[in-house]
This record gives sequence, structure tokens and C-alpha cells, in this order.
Amino acid sequence: MATAEPWQKAEIPGPTKALVITKPEVVVAMVKKAKRPILIVGHEAAETEMGNKKLIDYAIRISQVGKIPMVTTAHVVGEFVKKGFQPAAFMPAVDIANRLVDSEWKGLDGNGQYDLAMFMGITYYMEWVLFSALKHFGQNLKTISLDRYYHPHASWSFPNLSAEDWAQNLEVIIGKLGGE
Amino acid sequence: MSRKNIQLKIKELKTDVASIKDLELSFGRLITETWTETMGPTPFPSITTLREWDHKLLQRYKPFYMPYCDVCCLCTFGKCDLTAGKRGACGINMAAQQSRIVLLACLIGASTHTAHARHMVEHLIEKYGHDFPIDIGGINIEVEAPITRLVCGVRPKTLGDLEEALDYCENQITNLLSSTHTGQEGDNIDFESKVFHAGMIDHIGLEVADIAQVAALGFPKADPESPLVDLGYGTIDSQKPVILCIGHNVVPATGIVDYLKANGLYGEVEVCGLCCTAHDVTRYSPKAKIVGPISWQLRFIRSGLPDVIVLDEQCVRTDCLLEAQKIKAPVIVTSEKNCMGLPNRTNDAVDAIVTDLTEGKVSGVLILDPEKVGEVVARTAVKVAPDRKKFKAIPNVEDIVAGAKTCKKCNDCRRACPQDLHIMEAVTEASTGNLDALASLYDICVGCGRCENACEVDLPLHSFIVKAGEKKLKEEKFKVRSGRGAIQDVEIRNVGSPIVLGEIPGVLAVVGCSNYPHGGKEVVDICQEFANRRYIVVTSGCAAMTAAMYKNEEGKTLYEMYPGSFEAGGIVNVGSCVANSHIAGAAIKIANIFAKRNLRANYEEIADYIHNRVGAVGLAWGAYSQKAAAIGAGFWRLGVPVIVGPHGAKYRRMLLGRKDREEDWFVYDARTGDRVYVGPTPEHLFYAAESKEEAMVMIAKLCMRPNDTTRGRAIKLTHWIDLHKRLYGTLPDDINLFVRTELDIPITMKDEIHKILEEKKWKENRIPDPTLLPRMIRKRKEGA
Repeated sequence: MATAEPWQKAEIPGPTKALVITKPEVVVAMVKKAKRPILIVGHEAAETEMGNKKLIDYAIRISQVGKIPMVTTAHVVGEFVKKGFQPAAFMPAVDIANRLVDSEWKGLDGNGQYDLAMFMGITYYMEWVLFSALKHFGQNLKTISLDRYYHPHASWSFPNLSAEDWAQNLEVIIGKLGGE
Repeated sequence: MSRKNIQLKIKELKTDVASIKDLELSFGRLITETWTETMGPTPFPSITTLREWDHKLLQRYKPFYMPYCDVCCLCTFGKCDLTAGKRGACGINMAAQQSRIVLLACLIGASTHTAHARHMVEHLIEKYGHDFPIDIGGINIEVEAPITRLVCGVRPKTLGDLEEALDYCENQITNLLSSTHTGQEGDNIDFESKVFHAGMIDHIGLEVADIAQVAALGFPKADPESPLVDLGYGTIDSQKPVILCIGHNVVPATGIVDYLKANGLYGEVEVCGLCCTAHDVTRYSPKAKIVGPISWQLRFIRSGLPDVIVLDEQCVRTDCLLEAQKIKAPVIVTSEKNCMGLPNRTNDAVDAIVTDLTEGKVSGVLILDPEKVGEVVARTAVKVAPDRKKFKAIPNVEDIVAGAKTCKKCNDCRRACPQDLHIMEAVTEASTGNLDALASLYDICVGCGRCENACEVDLPLHSFIVKAGEKKLKEEKFKVRSGRGAIQDVEIRNVGSPIVLGEIPGVLAVVGCSNYPHGGKEVVDICQEFANRRYIVVTSGCAAMTAAMYKNEEGKTLYEMYPGSFEAGGIVNVGSCVANSHIAGAAIKIANIFAKRNLRANYEEIADYIHNRVGAVGLAWGAYSQKAAAIGAGFWRLGVPVIVGPHGAKYRRMLLGRKDREEDWFVYDARTGDRVYVGPTPEHLFYAAESKEEAMVMIAKLCMRPNDTTRGRAIKLTHWIDLHKRLYGTLPDDINLFVRTELDIPITMKDEIHKILEEKKWKENRIPDPTLLPRMIRKRKEGA
């Protein structure tokens, strides 16, 4: 089994560590298998350059091709609106995580709790503890980090990637999510 | 006030009616009370006395746990894996374990402040006597110790009176700490209640420490125009011997200033400080200087400017001795809590100690007598300064370029950096002779030095950054208003009504440490934004220093631009960490002085009042310490929300409201007993924001209270919506939850808000006289 190190080296999680996404197809399969996926995107999405694109552009495409409702966190919603994309909701990162651990929560659309939450664009050390909260208290919830660096508290995470490999992985996910 | 442990012995007494021999009477407490206010229901509350109040808050603001790791390693059963529902060998689960860790953090903080207060009070009693009066503002302050009055039900009049409050704190801390032992408390909500209790105790410790030093050491006494003092590296005269004091307990620094003054040396020697000792030494003597917040320790020591380094307690880098050795500066440690492995020379002759230090026979000494500290430090500084010639541990540019060429490109520096700074890339650029990238890190670096410890080839990376940013460092010349202490009673009378009615949109307390996610400029921006919006902005601790560290185009800092009075648009530096008590005290005094609520041992009612009526919010944007956790916990029990920066998520637990759960947001109408929906006001009690923009919008939002008048709510809505539009680029999506009546709607926003209200099928509601306490209901009898 592939292993990876946390990006911040002292952030040692404990016995249960994220499975490493060695092929982006894993993410595609997880999304397709999920009944109620959700995508959570933090403010760094608007700041993170990836070649001639930004992370926000990938986030929008993943949401669109996968038909996955998106929650933006912090103040970044306006950047999405500027790009003509209206997220399903916006709220603080701690708020959406708090709702995801509530088995009674009916979701953004009233149709029930989610079974797969994907995260990107939240500051590493903050996302670290959010994944931890979901690992320990999110019943029947799987989590995926789509960020560039390994997040051991997630259920699945990329290893630490180069910017090019990261962009390439996201491109594959977008391409295959849109297909059959 | 009471006196404890009174003993009366009668060896032999003969009268007409009786003969007494060897009679011994012992009184646990003798009350000589002159305070006429009726004793409230909860004097000296035990751990469980206020449990019901805590549970009311915790029912609304449920803990959201964010464990750092999966295990518990506190006993030899462990490590125990507590992942996802597993229990440890003692039976504990993850929720209880996290709340236990939060409690431990708050107890570390509470015990630190209480021990600080105990040392301060004992020292001042020894110097000035038990009966030295507590005067912290003359006729402007009648309620001198609002927290102690509220919690303990006693009114301290003298330094000696403060001991009883400290006895109580020490007792409670011991009991609370015992509850964290393996096999004690096992319920997370009860742990959380104990967290609140620890926070309340912490606030007493803060208050005792500060009012004792304000009264006895002649600090500014509730003075809105306390002196503007110098802050920054550039204000320190490098031609003079420089004494640097680091920590929080000002007693040794006062000994230094006293000695210098008594010997005509004060103009010849620079006394400066880092962290809260710096605040307090300028409160003692406005000629003293503040170097900067806690994160300036490494950069200032390595600069070589300090000739002698004096350490007291709290937030002192534990490697200060090693750092001092690098610049050949002697170290004097002055606290039993922080001996640094140095020999205790308290009882040695001053001449002998000075000789040993100046001749380099010892790198430092422990001296527990503050007057002796003063003489040793002053004489040592004068003697070593000419020999040291400001010997520094900062490399020159050539050394940086040469060192950078040895970099192995492992990137471990960045992966050790709490800020994820791109250090390796900056070092790579430096290897070509260009230090610009390193210089760009200067403002954001929190000065922890972890990059150096991670470096495979032992490059002094923090020093590289400091050297690259040297120009900025040397240009740091600012003015900060010296900590003023308490808020005057008359100021409370003036602002009580507009705050409670909502017409002053809020009180924002910008407090805490300097572990900022993107440097201190964000703190300046936040303070200025809210002062311009006519909020009352209160500052303390390292955040108060940071707020001074930027100038406008006219070269003025915030403290020169805004008044220091507790009024709309003021920026009010109360002082050091222990002066945070005056912020809680101001909220309590609003309930007491403005609203005439009984204060004495009446915690629940006052907290209920504050929670429902006083639109105050704490912002600890760079909070890092256990003390900050304890201070926050004291505010939580008072019902005051606290926001932290993203690093604050590592406190492992938030207290979050759920605005989507309508049933959580009902209060009693004290007039009728009806339960009335008031919306999520305030929405959260403890909350980590991801970005400055998010924090600013949330500050405005969390200032709303159920009691706001329609005019007050319209003002608060205006600020919140305006900030949201500017910083988020959209309207809020939950405005309907905060509009109670048509009259709440800001006139300038009527059309856009009406549209939202229609979409959300909003219905008008009424404004109650809000309370969470059934006993506060003044229900009229039917037909009456």
C-alpha cells in the first residue's frame, strides 16, 4: 500500500491515516459510487496559481461536470460569482464541518446528510483539524482531500505532489467525471 | 471585608462570674463587612454551582471537536486509540478526551495568571502593607473589582483583601485539575462546564494581578489619556547600555527602574521590554520602551542590542539563555517558575554576582529579590556594554549568500514552518545575492525558529530573514498609548445605553498573542475598520502592540489617530494580558452601573444580561497560548463570543451555534414569560475564522443581541451587510434571521432586503425583554 508523509512534518495523526490516491481514477470512482457528494472550497482557491489557471477554475469544473453541490468557505464566494458560478451555499469552514458531523442534518437541499465530502483550498493546518473532526465524528461520511499536500486525517488524499502533477490529476478527474 | 484564620488565646482570666484557663478560640473567617449590597445567590461558587447556566449555553453552542491526533497518552494504559467512537482503557471517548484537553489548557492558563497574581500581591503587601488601599481610578472608579465582586461576593478595599479571592482561585484550580485525572470526569459537557469555571477563575486572577499593580505601582489609573510611549527596535538608543526584560511579571523590571532612578542612571541606560512586561514597565515608567510582541524575541536578542537580558515569567522562549550566550549577554532569571537551570544567587553579595557576570564566569544567575535584581542588572549592564559592543548573532550578507549555496533543497524548512513560508525558494534566490525574497518573509514570520531546527545543514534561517528585513526592523519607530487600566464608571454611564440599545454597534476587544496567519497588518486593518465604523475598539497584550506597528501617511499610529477613551470610535489600550480583566469588567459594569443590576455574587443574572444585551465580541487573531484559552473561557461563561484566527482551530474545540435549528434561538420574554424566537444572536460562542475578511464580517454579525432596539439593529445590520458586500462580494444569505420587524431594516437597504425577505417568506416578530433564566420572568397575573 502506498504511503505518504504529512506536508507539515510534525502533524502526526495516529493509527488511522488517509489512503493515498495513487491514481485520480480513485476519486472518480468514489464520487460515482457516492449517493450524496459535496465539494467544499476554501479561500485559497482564488489565490492558488496552477500554471495559467487557478484552483478556483478547477473547483468550478469539478462541481459542474460531477454535478456536485459546492459550499464555499471564508469570503471566497464573490470570486466564484465573478466567474459566473453560483455555489450551492457559502458558510464558514467550521460551520459546514459542524453540519457534516450531525446525522440529523438534512443537507443544503433538505434531502439528507452527505456521504462523501471533498475539500480543497483551505489553509493546510486548519483543514487538518477539520478532517480530523470528520474522521472522528462524521458517521458514514468519507472524505477526500483534493489539495496538493497529503492530509492524513482524510479518508483519501493525494500524496505531496508537484504543482504540475496536481493539475494533471485534477484534469483527469474532471475529464472522467464528465464521462460515463 | 473578611479576615481569615483569626486566633484568640486566653491563658488565664478571672472575673466575678467565671474563671477561664487555657481558652483557645479559632475563627475560620471574621467578617468586618461594610458593603451594604445584598449578598447574591452564588458567592464563591463551587465547580457545580453555575453548572445549569453553563448547560444552557452549551445546549445552544454545542462543542465541535477537532482532535489534533487520534490517541490519548496521558496514562500508562496508553497510548489508546480513540478513533471514530473507540474508547480508551479507562473508558473515555474522544469527545470527553478533547474537552479534558481543553480543560487542561484553560487550567494551565488560569493557574499561571493566579500564580502571577499571588506573587504580585505578596510582593506588594511586603512592600506596602496589607492595608494599602486599592485605588485604581480615584473618584472615577467606585466599582474597583467587578469580577471579584460578581464571583466572590466580596469587595476588596486593600491589598490584603485580595488574598481571599486568590485563596478561592487556588482551591478551585486544584479541584478542577483533579477532575482531569484518569477515572474522574467522563462526560464532555461536564468537562466543558468545568472549562467555563476555569475561565471564570482565570478572570479573577487577572483582575487581582492588575488592580494590585495599578494601585500600588502608580500605573495610569483608568486614564484615557495615558502617555504615548515608544515602541519598536528603532526607538532604542544603541549607544547606551540596553536592558531587555521579557515576560509578564513586571516586579523585577520595577526594581531595575528604581535602582537606575535612585542612582542617576535612568537617562544613561535603556530599559526595554518584550511581551506584557513591556506594557507594564511603560505603565510604571513612560520612559521605558516596548520592543514588540512575543514574536520579536529571537530577532531582537540576535540583533545584539540587549546587553543584559532579564527573564520573568510566561511566554519567555525557553532557549533564551542559549540565544543570549550567542550574543554574550548575561541573563538574570527572576521567577521561581522559570529558573532556566541557573544557580540561585539571591543571598549572595551584589558585588560578587556582578563580578561573576561581567567576567563571564557564569552565563546567568537566578535572583528572587527584585531589588537585588535591579542593582545587579543595572551595574552589570553598565559594565558589560562597552566590552560587548553590541555583539550580534545576525550574519552579514556575504555569510548569507555563502550559506545559501550549501542549501540541500530538502524543503524541510518550509515543512516545519507554521506559516508554510516559502523559505527554501527564498534561500535559493539568496544564493544568487538577491535577498528580496527573504526580506518579503520578514513581516509574516512569527519568529518561532522551527525552520532552523529542521535545516539539514544548520543554516540560521530565521537570522537570514531578520538580516534581509533589517531595514524594516531598524525603521520600527512607533507610538502606543500606555495601558490605561480600568474603564471609568462615568464612561460606562455614557455608553451603557447606546451599547445596550444597539446604537453603538458593538465593542470589539482585539486581544491576545501574535501568532498571526499573515502578519500584524491584518490586526491594524481590523482595528481601524471598526473604529471608523464607531465601534468601541479595546486592545490588550501583544495585539495592542501590533495595532501600533503601522503608520498612516502622516506618520501616525492608530493610537495617535483615535481617542483612548471608552467611547464610539475609540481605540483603548487597557494594558497587558492581566488587564483583559478590565474588558470583562466593563461588560459587567454596564449591567451594574448602567442597568442597576445587583452585582454581588449574582453571576447568572449578570451573564444573562451581558449575553442578551451587550454587543461585545473578542478577537484573538494570533492566540497561541493556554492563557489565551483561559481568558476566552472566562468570556464564554459571560456569554461573550470569541473569534480566533485559523491557528486557533488548533485549540481543538469550537462552540458553534446552528442558525438552521430554529428551536435553539428562543428566549423568555421577562415581561410575560412567553418564549420568543430571537434569531441566532449571537450565532457562535467560540469560532475560528479562515481569513481576515471572514473575521471582519463575523465580528459585525456577532455584535447583534436580542435586546437591540429597532434603531440599534438597523445600525448593526447596516455594518454587517455593508462589510459582507464589500468583502464577500455578495449579500448575506441569512438576513431574514436577523430582521425582527420592518423597523429593523436599514432605510438605505430597504429594497434589496425586502426582496430577500419575500423570498424567504419572512414574518414579522416581536422584540422581547430577553432572558434565558426563568427566574427573571416578571409574569403579570391574568387580569392584573
